[in-house]
Amino acid sequence: MPDPIHQFDLERLFHLNLFGYDASFTNSSLYMVVVVVAIVGFLLYAIQTRSLVPTRLQSLAEMAYEFVAGMIRDSMGEEGMKFFPLIFTLFMFIFAANMIGLIPGAFTVTSHVIVTAALALLVFLTVIIAGFAKNGLGFLKLFVPDGVPIYVLPLVSAIEVISFFSRPISHSLRLFANMLAGHITLKVFAGFIVMLLGSAGAAKFLMPLPLIAVVGITALEFLVAFLQAYVFTMLTCMYLNDALHPSH
Amino acid sequence: MAQKVNAGTEVPQGAGHKKVFPPLDQQFYASQLIWLAMTFVALYMLLSRLVLPRISEVIDERGARIRRDLDEAERLKSETEKALKSYERALADARAQAGATVKETRAQLAAENERAKSSAEAQLAAKVAEAEARIAATKSKAMANVTGIAAETASAVVQKLLGTMPSVDEVKKALAS
Repeated sequence: MPDPIHQFDLERLFHLNLFGYDASFTNSSLYMVVVVVAIVGFLLYAIQTRSLVPTRLQSLAEMAYEFVAGMIRDSMGEEGMKFFPLIFTLFMFIFAANMIGLIPGAFTVTSHVIVTAALALLVFLTVIIAGFAKNGLGFLKLFVPDGVPIYVLPLVSAIEVISFFSRPISHSLRLFANMLAGHITLKVFAGFIVMLLGSAGAAKFLMPLPLIAVVGITALEFLVAFLQAYVFTMLTCMYLNDALHPSH
Repeated sequence: MAQKVNAGTEVPQGAGHKKVFPPLDQQFYASQLIWLAMTFVALYMLLSRLVLPRISEVIDERGARIRRDLDEAERLKSETEKALKSYERALADARAQAGATVKETRAQLAAENERAKSSAEAQLAAKVAEAEARIAATKSKAMANVTGIAAETASAVVQKLLGTMPSVDEVKKALAS
């Protein structure tokens, strides 16, 4: 049976050592570059018409823009638009990485926990820095909800602190686990096809079942690829909203 | 479906590392972090400096155009309303003026009528009075004539009957009685 884990293997394409760290250019690095080139290339190509009545491609680029801008305005208001480049970059990077990862044979950048953890930590640090920069110590009101009786306040604050610090964990693991599980499921079902075909006797004729399943799961994975990018971005907006308006 | 297995000659970490679940393989953490940082920063720069300004420019331009068109439409609409109002005012003015003229003319005509009627009546009355006077005169003249004729007739009748001519005084006396 083909190994469903093999798709996550990293290989060094070029060896590189930076300041004592192994900075080798791997297949993951390659797909990160592909993701960036794909996003920038697509958006630049789509927007080049710059017409008042958008062409189909142009309206796709505008749709992506308006989609992220709408998310920010809904959760943070107009004030949140200063985070727009960051949030748009996050959304496009994750979305493109998830989508490109669904091409058979392609590597999924977001299926490695270190990548999603780094992105989640980037959001986490942005929230803390922006929160203190905007509110000073008032940012700590985040942990002291209004209208809570004084005798349960320590308990509530402790819960708030724990939930705040567990955010980057759930934020990163959600994306990582979804990508990992989806791709493993795909490969496992694809492996069934090969196994059934190779088997002797009547089991051969069961082959269409996993094939149908793989087609269905592939469609589902496209939905998940978008949905996880959306969820990651949406949570980023909500966390950044805490930085802007800590008293809730 | 999966990548070609050519990593066997490439992994220098030895056989002990082979079993690690690749998504959690720590030997690649540094490389992934470094390349993620580089590509993510590059993407951020390209998007925020190059791509997003272009998209927002197009969207803003469209928004401005739509706002401009709406303003223009609003302006034209208010202009239309103004024109309509002034037209209605002119119409009302004209109507009022026409009404006044009609009233005035009617009064004038009525007065003229009245005057013509009264003068005609006066004229008629004068003619009637004149006619009545003439009738009275004719009547009295006729009556005088009648007395003369009666006297003559009476004296003729008396002469025939008596053979004598009565005196004028006697005839007059008899007629008057």
